[in-house]
Amino acid sequence: MKAITEKKQLEPKPKAARFWPIFSQQKYLYMMAMPFVAWAFVFSYLPLWGWTMAFQKYKPGKSFFEQKWVGLQYFRELFHDEQFYNALRNTLAMSIMGLLAGFIIPIIFAVLLNELRLQTLKRFVQTVSYLPHFVSWVVAAGIISKMLSTDNGAVNDLLMSLHLISEPIQFMAKGNFFWGIVTVSDVWKETGWNTIIYLAAISGIGPELYEAARVDGASRLQQVRNITLPGIRTTIIILLIISIGHLISIGFEKQFLLGNNLVRDYSQTLDLYALNYGLGMGRFSFGTAINIFNSVVSVFLLLLANGIFKKITKESII
Amino acid sequence: MLSKKLSATSWQDRLFDLVVYVAITIVTIATLYPFLNVLAISFNDSTDSIKGGITIFPRVFTLKNYETIFAFSGLMTGLKISILRTVIGTILGLISASMLAFTLSRVDFQARKFVSTFLALTMYVSGGLIPFYILIKNLDMMGTFAVYVLPSLVSAFNVFVIRSFIDGLPYALQESAKLDGANDFTIYWRIILPLTKPALATIALFLAVGQWNAWFDTYLYNGSKDSLTTLQYELMKVIQSTTTNADSFRGRNMTQVMAQISPESVKMAITIVVTVPILIVYPFLQRYFVKGMTLGSVKS
Repeated sequence: MKAITEKKQLEPKPKAARFWPIFSQQKYLYMMAMPFVAWAFVFSYLPLWGWTMAFQKYKPGKSFFEQKWVGLQYFRELFHDEQFYNALRNTLAMSIMGLLAGFIIPIIFAVLLNELRLQTLKRFVQTVSYLPHFVSWVVAAGIISKMLSTDNGAVNDLLMSLHLISEPIQFMAKGNFFWGIVTVSDVWKETGWNTIIYLAAISGIGPELYEAARVDGASRLQQVRNITLPGIRTTIIILLIISIGHLISIGFEKQFLLGNNLVRDYSQTLDLYALNYGLGMGRFSFGTAINIFNSVVSVFLLLLANGIFKKITKESII
Repeated sequence: MLSKKLSATSWQDRLFDLVVYVAITIVTIATLYPFLNVLAISFNDSTDSIKGGITIFPRVFTLKNYETIFAFSGLMTGLKISILRTVIGTILGLISASMLAFTLSRVDFQARKFVSTFLALTMYVSGGLIPFYILIKNLDMMGTFAVYVLPSLVSAFNVFVIRSFIDGLPYALQESAKLDGANDFTIYWRIILPLTKPALATIALFLAVGQWNAWFDTYLYNGSKDSLTTLQYELMKVIQSTTTNADSFRGRNMTQVMAQISPESVKMAITIVVTVPILIVYPFLQRYFVKGMTLGSVKS
């Protein structure tokens, strides 16, 4: 509302005089929109005000004015905490692995799907591949730990029967497996879903290009390399930039559900760190400092990604 | 010479086809097998399951695992709350998103720019976990049902998807309704809402799946409130508990019950109960969400 009143004063008088008549004409539109503006204010903007907590020795139950201001004390604490660097390392490692795998594999899968000649088979595979996207991470984590389990887990059974290993591997208990498990789980869950956009882009390529290539004697592989992949180039670039923008905001859901105390040094992301060492211990101010660090870095990455995007396409994604 | 070239090409193409089919088969099996395996174990006798070797068919078929888990009061409460939050959350979410989308599609609406910017910014700013937790606490929403639907009421992304759909409808419809004396709310309710159904179906699917799958809000805000537990949260507790004892479960006669079937079988049966509703719904809505995904990504 404030923005409107300010704007009103800047504009020439006749328009300002017209505001109220139009306002009363559009009262239903206002009634339909304003409750949600209030909602967004409370649930999206008020938490930003909560950032002040990081600069105070926040005690629940006291009012804002009764809190003690401590300046950057919690940020200093944060930057001197070894756990913080560990969490930062884990966040970056898992997000970069997730970015690479989650970016390349759906493209390959989309191209493969497109090469299936039997339409019913293609539809069936597509439907199956969407399934894991719709189950919760709770279900996915349960299924994954069952598959990787040492007693009768499918993966260990398979490796044993192929004589690749002589005894079951304790996948879930070894820290150095954890990043890989998270990445593979993510690929298992989201690859099918992420192909939707690529498949739509592929279907936009004109069939006459393929026909011309066939007449010239191009093999299927050559067609993929010279027609399909260049045809979805723009889509690939856009999605790559968007995922760079979201690089650090990987959250904690997978890590929370797949991790355990044995692999904590590898599973703790920044968000999980804020959850365990901030909220879990009642250190609200310290936890907020972690959240602020995370948010600021992700906004920076988003702006950076958008900047690159603008340079390439002269358009903005934000 | 030409024929030689052609045959070489077709030999390569056949190899290519083989690679495609093998790769697709492996991916399909890797996706489907875990679900079928869990399903088979959930229908298999729990003492027999411990011996291992069950693939996609139960060896000693039984319904006992399901009978047992449905005897837990926690599971029944969870089922009830999960259904409630899915239904209420989806309906409220649809109404809010479509209502906002309608006002934003009206070029003549004078607060349009402000509302649109105010809303769009919510996609990029996030206070983070702890400020949000404190907010919920200060709003006295801990331990309430409202915490499941209110904080996630509006998603800017959904609003913009619906708006781009409404933008595609002819404006003349609204004008003629206006001449007939309809107010803006009536236009929204009577004209826009019915015409927006395809877009709403997509959004409804996203909202419903999101609500059904949510567990963290229960963990964070309602973890100590037995009457507001959700299925996902119950499943999460069972999966997180590495011990074989029963403290992760609520309900009467627990030790007795867990003595009857192994925790492994309990996990598998609950997993299936949690997954089945989604399995039933999503293949039918596939057409809509594929369209919705492509629409949303093009516009945003």
